[in-house]
Amino acid sequence: MAGQTKNTSSTGASDRAPRTFRVWRGDGQGGKFHDYSTEVGEGMVVLDAIHQIQAESAPDLACRWNCKAGKCGSCSAEINGQPRLMCMTRMDQLPPEGPVTVEPMRAFPAIRDLVTDVSHNFRAKKSIKKFSPRKPDAPDGTWRMQQADVDRVQEFRKCIECFLCQDVCHVLRDHHKHEEFVGPRLFVYTAALEMHPLDTENRLGDLKNKHGLGYCNITKCCTKVCPEHITITDNSIIPLKERVVDEFYDPLTRLFRIFKPAK
Amino acid sequence: MSRADIPLPQPRGMAQTQRTDTWWLQPLAVFSGFMAFIVYSTWAALQGEHFFLSAGGANYLSPFYSPQLFNVPGQPPTGHAWFGDPPSWLLSLWPSFIPFSPALLILWAPGGFRFTCYYYRGAYYKAFWADPPSCAVGEPGFRGKKYRGEAKFPLIIQNIHRYFLYLAIAFIFVLSYDAIIAYKFAAADGGWTFGIGIGSLILTINPILLGGYTLGCHSLRHLIGGRKDCLGAGGAQRTAYDCVSCLNRKHMVWAWLSLFWVGFTDFYVRMCSMGYFTDVRLL
Repeated sequence: MAGQTKNTSSTGASDRAPRTFRVWRGDGQGGKFHDYSTEVGEGMVVLDAIHQIQAESAPDLACRWNCKAGKCGSCSAEINGQPRLMCMTRMDQLPPEGPVTVEPMRAFPAIRDLVTDVSHNFRAKKSIKKFSPRKPDAPDGTWRMQQADVDRVQEFRKCIECFLCQDVCHVLRDHHKHEEFVGPRLFVYTAALEMHPLDTENRLGDLKNKHGLGYCNITKCCTKVCPEHITITDNSIIPLKERVVDEFYDPLTRLFRIFKPAK
Repeated sequence: MSRADIPLPQPRGMAQTQRTDTWWLQPLAVFSGFMAFIVYSTWAALQGEHFFLSAGGANYLSPFYSPQLFNVPGQPPTGHAWFGDPPSWLLSLWPSFIPFSPALLILWAPGGFRFTCYYYRGAYYKAFWADPPSCAVGEPGFRGKKYRGEAKFPLIIQNIHRYFLYLAIAFIFVLSYDAIIAYKFAAADGGWTFGIGIGSLILTINPILLGGYTLGCHSLRHLIGGRKDCLGAGGAQRTAYDCVSCLNRKHMVWAWLSLFWVGFTDFYVRMCSMGYFTDVRLL
């Protein structure tokens, strides 16, 4: 047992090597990158390194984190330019050479260092019509649904609200359409409600006129960065776009709707 | 607590990023692939000849010219023209600087289907218009807050995609017919005989790949079942929706394979017709 402990310990020590982290420091008025050197070892993630930098050389470095397990969505940042969770980015996934850049999400105002103000997302969420179920199917106030129908929206409920999809979306990031465009996270949220087998609300008018669905030009960047691997573009945004086409642009479906009862 | 007073970070300039990977490689490859196809297909469509192979008894029609609506004046009939010789009004309207080409009468339909396809849209917005050049990479500053996306004219027209889908489905039937008759070779006695040439196989793969692409279309997925919240389990509509969804998951792969193959099929027929290739009969 002692030999095993010693062996593990020595392996861990020998694997550690100094690495430079180029961390953005500043606030909403501006900032710049600062270089910090710290030792990294096997199994470490970027968040470990940031905590180590806090402990060793920058105790005032602000960063938001909570679970360290990729489930709370707090430690979103841009690592080597890619929106990622710091706690789920292993050091061995990054190029072995050169400094590792860590900066806050660029689609939101920087509060301080790596911490951003993501309150836009919560305000936008309030503008989406709430779940509105049909009348219960049974006298005891319960409903009956096919599992296959529920499975479709179950994917959307994996969202941890890390807002990496919002960060990478160029409509927010580069065009600053925050007032007119709710963003991919909230399209996923809307899809979960709009496609729910029990829901009776119609959100298509809001999607087109208030929530800026038409601004999405299907770059699929949101899907690529999602740590929960939600197929955001193909399973939520494009199906919503198609429903908006049904409702507002397709003359044939508009014609057929005359003969069909409302939802 | 609202922090609306904190300004947003300044957007990065064109191609500025902290990314350290070769982010430019994919848009460059997409740009090169699309440009190669656009240049070749435009050139091939403007030729108006060498789109049919009858040498060796073959019966191969290039997919760029199928359905062939009219014969080409001055060329022997292929036997594929739906309406025979072109009407005089069409010939009088035809621009004098372009040779009469049946391809130009039909290619707008599959071209429109691909141009409005959700996969292609995302790909060419990045590769051709740098909107954005790649994920988390800065784009040209002139758009800024004036960005309109697909919410307003002109790109709001992309919503026509499902109508091109209807046409694209019809094309699969036509190209499948072309594939079937590619196994029909002229016999020495003046009749027809079953045969297999390399071209028969090439023309067969073409509608299969186009079918995989077209039947995995996002609009079809919506129309066939996605528009409903309750499809139930096990019914015909659920099965159809699941099949389209299955193809849809690899829509990009089908899009590229079918694009390449339709171009290659025309190239093969053209090269055989021009005498550069000889079609090998396997049976």
